[in-house]
Amino acid sequence: MGKFTEKLGSIDRRIIFTVIALSVIIPLAVRLELPIPISPGPSTDMFDAVEALPAGSVVLLSFDYDPSTMPELQPMAVALTQHLMRKDIKIVSMALWPMGVSLGNEALISVSDSLGREEYVDWVNLGYKTGGGVLIVRMGSNIKSVFPEDYNGNSVDDMPIMQHISKLGDFDMIISLSAGDPGVPAWVMMAGDRYNIPIGGGCTAVSAPQFYPYLGTGQLIGLLGGLKGAADYETMVRIDQVDPPPGTAIPGMAAQSVAHLVIMLFIILGNISYLAGKKKKGGVK
Amino acid sequence: MRLFVPLTITFVAGIVMILQFFVPATQSMGESLQEWYMIVASFAIFIGAANLIQVHVHRIRFKGRNWKYSPVTIVGFSVMILTGLIFGIEKGTPFNFLFLEMVAPMSATMFSLLAFFVASAAFRAFRASNWRATLLLISAFVVMLGRVPIGAMIWDRIPLISEWIMKCPNMAGQRAVMIGAAMGMVATSLRMIFGIERSYLGGAD
Repeated sequence: MGKFTEKLGSIDRRIIFTVIALSVIIPLAVRLELPIPISPGPSTDMFDAVEALPAGSVVLLSFDYDPSTMPELQPMAVALTQHLMRKDIKIVSMALWPMGVSLGNEALISVSDSLGREEYVDWVNLGYKTGGGVLIVRMGSNIKSVFPEDYNGNSVDDMPIMQHISKLGDFDMIISLSAGDPGVPAWVMMAGDRYNIPIGGGCTAVSAPQFYPYLGTGQLIGLLGGLKGAADYETMVRIDQVDPPPGTAIPGMAAQSVAHLVIMLFIILGNISYLAGKKKKGGVK
Repeated sequence: MRLFVPLTITFVAGIVMILQFFVPATQSMGESLQEWYMIVASFAIFIGAANLIQVHVHRIRFKGRNWKYSPVTIVGFSVMILTGLIFGIEKGTPFNFLFLEMVAPMSATMFSLLAFFVASAAFRAFRASNWRATLLLISAFVVMLGRVPIGAMIWDRIPLISEWIMKCPNMAGQRAVMIGAAMGMVATSLRMIFGIERSYLGGAD
């Protein structure tokens, strides 16, 4: 028994990798779906804030991520776009990250096509510009000087959606889906605090803890943290829909559940071995 | 002179950017500097691309370490640039296809590899060696369970406890880090504006 517990501590990492891979692949392959319990928190705050916007409001949606964080952030982009478009809220999108433009466009086009919304009337993608925080400050005084054309090269002056938008203060809300810097903090500091615009955010699970101070002060009205935040939002958006479109966050939660359990199991095994080794040496007091 | 010019530019730019918050007359100067920043930052992208090509061509020419991967980088870079310039970047173009079907899954795969390393590292290093480490371990377990549906299936209060950990102890720690970092940033910025901190000049002092 003693040797067995000691050996537990030296499991080959290839075994760990294989078990983790299986714990992700199997739930996805068998389409295991677990119920997503919604409890009050930053995700529900985010949903409620969007829900409270009247039809015809204009929201700036910033896709500040790249494909590496797409599994967590793209489901948020799709669910948020669905929610906004279903409520007849107009979306002006942009990106502080160059590769976020195409990912955002993908979400906007797919949801717009499914709901019959019209580009330039109900939504527009302004594209990417470099500059991060400085870009946001410039947008605070004049958006059209920063983005004279949209992603497709069309003049923003000719677009119905941009007729009443000239600066950041004209937006009813800004939502940043962020994988790092520039992202949520830049929007909070440069737009929310300076121009008093409600800011919502979405981020990877690993960066969610650092944004909680902004939630505590009200500088962020809500936050979707990682795949859990995306799954929460997908669930809330689907509640009153008869035939909701398939999302990717909810099926992903089953795989994440099993993977978390497996990682916890490995940590427990490692600690059993550690404590057994310590006891053998007479180190446990 | 080599020192005087960059230090003067830094001083003037830094002071103008601070003054524009308090003196309306300097606001337009601040806006001009912001536009300059965006133009300079755009040029940095071209410099980055040129540097990437230069590094990999040099590596191939002198058969440097792992040089066999460099042609892949150059070919991938060239294909993306050419397809974007020739066919455009809109939906349905070859560029968009390559981006969504190759770049996106490959990037996501690289990031996903973290799960394997996190699992292996947690197994080897996450030990209940003392009461503080044990507390951290218990908190981690609660947050990990609270972030997945299975946590609520085990006990419906786990997500609430997880949220409390995030909202109270985590927030307190994050605030301390944030305030400390902000004060450090202010101090470093002032040192740079007044020419005390010169490391950004590349060692010229």
